[in-house]
Amino acid sequence: MGADLQTILPEIVLAVFAMSALLGGVYGGQDRTAPLLVWLTAGVMVGLALWIGTATGTRTAFDGSFNDDPFSRFAKVVILLSGAAVMLMSRENMTRRGILRFEYPILIALATVGMMVMVSAGDLIVLYMGLEVQSLALYVIAALRRDSARSTEAGLKYFILGALSSGMLLYGASLTYGYTGTTLFSGIFEAAADGVSLGLLFGLVFLITGFAFKVSAAPFHMWTPDVYEGAPTAVTAFLATAPKMAAMALFARVVHEAFGAVVGDWQQVVAFLSVLSMFVGAIAAIGQTDIKRLMAYSSIAHMGFALMGLAAGTAFGVQAMLIYMTIYVTMNVGTFAFILSMEKDGKPVTDIRALNMFARREPLKALAMLVLLFSLAGVPPMVGFFGKFYVLRAAYEGGLAWLAVAGVLASVIGAYYYLRMVYFMYFGEESDALDGSMSPVAWGMFMASAAIMVVGVINLFGIEPMAAAAAATLVN
Amino acid sequence: MIGLEHYLTVAAALFVIGIFGLFLNRKNVIILLMSIELMLLAVNINLVAFSSFLGDLVGQVFTLFVLTVAAAEAAIGLAILVCFFRTRGTIDVEDVNVMKG
Repeated sequence: MGADLQTILPEIVLAVFAMSALLGGVYGGQDRTAPLLVWLTAGVMVGLALWIGTATGTRTAFDGSFNDDPFSRFAKVVILLSGAAVMLMSRENMTRRGILRFEYPILIALATVGMMVMVSAGDLIVLYMGLEVQSLALYVIAALRRDSARSTEAGLKYFILGALSSGMLLYGASLTYGYTGTTLFSGIFEAAADGVSLGLLFGLVFLITGFAFKVSAAPFHMWTPDVYEGAPTAVTAFLATAPKMAAMALFARVVHEAFGAVVGDWQQVVAFLSVLSMFVGAIAAIGQTDIKRLMAYSSIAHMGFALMGLAAGTAFGVQAMLIYMTIYVTMNVGTFAFILSMEKDGKPVTDIRALNMFARREPLKALAMLVLLFSLAGVPPMVGFFGKFYVLRAAYEGGLAWLAVAGVLASVIGAYYYLRMVYFMYFGEESDALDGSMSPVAWGMFMASAAIMVVGVINLFGIEPMAAAAAATLVN
Repeated sequence: MIGLEHYLTVAAALFVIGIFGLFLNRKNVIILLMSIELMLLAVNINLVAFSSFLGDLVGQVFTLFVLTVAAAEAAIGLAILVCFFRTRGTIDVEDVNVMKG
């Protein structure tokens, strides 16, 4: 028991911190404590990331229902750091908008606890509990701006479709339990290795459907653009980073740890989700002018690429997926730091035409944004290209050459809308200027993210061997 | 004799009714919440039936977790719905349309 608790200590620390912060916030001056709580929560999350990042070895707790292995630690470090980064860079913007409530950092901390449990799950019950802790906190922060029709509508849509996906996933979990007689992933692995019954196959498909909703893969992506557009930009920035990493890691863990013996049964489904997401994300974004909706379609397309790594069904595929997701999260932190600063006369602007001739007024910011957009599009010298290169190679080596070809086509189509933003910034028509400013923290994150996209090409900051070690624990 | 397959059929029917309730309902958001609840309860029937059939308690433990989470989910859903009603003055599904998606 003591050793079990030792294994889940990081989660316990964050959960206890969130609850004491809630008490402190309620009794200690409510929203006046919010800036302090943001710094404290970010500090705790960065501290936990350092703690988890320096741990070694593989441990399981509670009879195998919770794993502490290189894979979960890799995902947790990305989740914790991106959560902290998003919180810090959006603090100043939220204060100006008047939505910096003290519940915000607490809900982020609780959602992070859920994500940490998700990526460590070794059992269907733990998986479900982690997923719900995350989702319930996210529904609330999507509706954070209580007096706005858009924000509450985003919260409502997110809630309804999120609950639907949880229901699908749960139905799949119940069938999986029924036809294997266990909820442990290791037990399911053994039962599936003896042959997949029709009931278990249904369970697997329902589970994958639930995950596809959570990672917003087409054809289960319909909530994403509305939620991204309606939620306050600071919340959108969070939704686009950490939860994506967590859901993707959970997806990889379930298909490999529970169904790794029957790769052929889920490979085609994942490949189908991947190719559909890439094309829906690339084509549907062409007509959009709202930058938050564009980022939503961009995230759908990027999830398609990450799923391509997963579809390969190999250890290298999981490694490629982890590298891709890490790069994606880093790019998104920088891009959203910029979107948060898009303002005119104190009002947020999300129309991309407002970027017209931005390069003439703010050459440095425009250059950094250019680097990030090129990286999102996958233009060769930037790090984003290497992420795409890894997943394409994984798909090709996994025997899915057609998927790799489709990926190249989709990324060419997708490049159009990223380049269009670049066009507006450098060659657009003269129009009213954006006059928003960035807080020093947001500016730092923005520039750091852009710099990483250029400097990272040297060795990807050494995440490659870490991702390889993480993938090796999952696929054997 | 009522066997496992009867329970599974009932659960599948309830689950499908829940999904159709979500997609076909054009009237009221409360009905969406009821449909979600129906889906979760269908899952519970599945879990309890399997648990009894397999002689394994884990399914019933899972059911208790699902019931607890369903309660929390309903509370959060209603809270968001109240906020929505305050800003829009309606809870018709057709009016959830400020953003076209």
